[in-house]
Order: sequence, then structure tokens, then C-alpha cells
Amino acid sequence: MFEFAEIWSYLAASPLIWLTATLIAYVIGDALAQAAGRAPLANPVLIAVILLAVLLWLTQTSYATYFEGAQFVHFLLGPATVALAIPLWQQRHAVRRAFLPICAALLAGSVTAVLSALVIGHALGLSPQLLATLAPKSTTAPVALGISQSLGGSPTLTAVLVILTGMIGAIVVTPLMNTLRIRDWRARGLAVGVAAHGIGTARAFQVNPQAGAFAGIGMALNAMLTAFLAPWALGLFM
Amino acid sequence: MIHALTLILACQLAGEALARLFGWPVPGPVLGMALLFALMLASVRVAELVTPTGTGILRHLSLLFVPAGVGVVGHLQQLGTNGLGLALALIVSTVLALGTGAGAFVLVARLTGDKGSEDV
Repeated sequence: MFEFAEIWSYLAASPLIWLTATLIAYVIGDALAQAAGRAPLANPVLIAVILLAVLLWLTQTSYATYFEGAQFVHFLLGPATVALAIPLWQQRHAVRRAFLPICAALLAGSVTAVLSALVIGHALGLSPQLLATLAPKSTTAPVALGISQSLGGSPTLTAVLVILTGMIGAIVVTPLMNTLRIRDWRARGLAVGVAAHGIGTARAFQVNPQAGAFAGIGMALNAMLTAFLAPWALGLFM
Repeated sequence: MIHALTLILACQLAGEALARLFGWPVPGPVLGMALLFALMLASVRVAELVTPTGTGILRHLSLLFVPAGVGVVGHLQQLGTNGLGLALALIVSTVLALGTGAGAFVLVARLTGDKGSEDV
């Protein structure tokens, strides 16, 4: 037992253990999501976060210590955002053909996502700091974290709200669109990409390939638009 | 792969520098995305260079959210106190954004004489 404690104190001080734990938790989360038939509620990120949170609590490890290892994964959010140019480029012809409808849907969806969240949050008495945290919740996580930070919100809480928003969008999109009798796959895809970023996009790809491609476009364009929109919208509530 | 990674990081770096230089509220990586998109439009060789590596990063996009998501351990109290407000804001605004976004697309497609998704 003494030897174990010695090995543990050595490992716990190095970033390797929490980097490895992050990857293992994600692999488990992804396997469970697959086993559940990719049901929206079985989100790999959510499962991994719960596993790691429990592990941190059991080992009495601080988030700062955890992040020393996990920062290597976290760092890749920036390059991943840059790489979103790739799906946008691959769909450039479809984008050009449906240019005006895309602009209209992007503007309507993006403004509604930011403003309605702020109106409801403000009405229910959320603090200005929480509103700043909430404003970019429909944007893809790497961008949402950046916006939240620059607005004075809490990036880590924003990450959780972004993941929850994605799951809500993925769950409601199909029944909602059927109720509204919207059958254009481009419209359905673009709307879910704008409102529910990557998790919504993954859902759209499961339903229809064209919806998936347009969801990717919606996600990428909304990332840029929200960066300009969120500071302005937040200004209305300050 | 190393060239593609270098180009992606260079775009991010240029984006960060531009955002700081002009004091824009846009995160540097978003400007980097716009920059890379412009480069891909300008040159098919650039597009072919970055696509395999970039697609590889995007394939595991969900993993990259995990470290930030674990940060919830420091916010459990805040989530508990403001849980109702946050939950309502998320659910209602997501439903509204989905409806208005798809509605606007269909409306404008019809106004501009677009023949619908079958043609694309």
C-alpha cells in the first residue's frame, strides 16, 4: 500500500495521468453512445464529463491540477475552429446556389437564439455575468468559449450550456420540423446547425446527408456571426 | 500532415494577431477560419493540403469539449441556484431559433424562385 501511495503521488504530479484519463473517459463515453444507438441523450461528451467529475471528486483532485494535463486536448479547440473552413469550402457551390435563403435563415436563427435566451434569462433574474455566459450558447464550443471569455462570462460554464443546447436541439429538431411541415432538407439542416452547432449537425447527418451538409454550413457561419452579434445583444441588457 | 498543421496554426496565429491589433470582439480562431477559407478559395492546392488533417481534427471535435466541460465541477452551486432560469432560456430559445431559422429559409427560397432541395 505504501508503494501504491508513492507511485500515485508521482503520477498525480505529472500531466500525463489526466490527459490519459480524459481520453479514456471519452472513449468510454463514445462506446456507450454507440451502444445506445446514438440516442441524443447518450452524448459522449456528457458521459465523459460525468465520469471525470466523479473521478476528480473521488481522488480529491482540483480542477487546476486536472487541467494541467487536459490543456493539451483543450488547446486543439483553436485549430479545430480554423478547420471549420473545410466543410464550408466543400459545400461552397451549394452555398452559392442558395445564398439568399442561407443568409435569411442564418440571420433569423442567430438573432433569435441570442436575443430570446437573453430576454428569458434577464426576465428570470440571471446576473449580467450569467447572461454573458449564456449569450453564445448556440455557437460551436471553441468559439462560444472565446466569446464568453471576451464578454466577461464564465467559459467553463458556457461549455456546459453549449453541450446542453446541442442536445436540446438534436432532440427537438425532427418533431418540431414535422409539426411545422418544413420538408426542405436544406432548411432543416441549416436551422439545426445555427441553433445547435456540432451536436445538431451530427444529428442532421444521421437523418439526411444534405441536411447534414447544410447544418455544417449553418454552424460555421453562425460561429462568425455570433462573435459580432453577442457583444451587441448583451449591450442591450446591461 | 505537418504542412497542413503548420498552415492551420499559422491561420490561427494570424487571426489572434489581427483581433488584438484592431481590438475586434471576434475570437482569433474565427478570423483564422475566415482566413483559411479565403486561402482555400484562392488555391485548390491549399484546399487539398489541409483537408485530410483538418477533417481528422474535426472528426473528434466532441473530445475537445471535455476539458472545458469538466469545469462544471466548479459551477455546481451556480447551476443549482439558477437552474430553472438557465434551463428555460436554453429550451425555449433553441426551439424558437430552430423555427425561425428554418421558416426564414423556406420563405426566402420561395420568394427567390428557388425550386427546393430536390434540384441541388
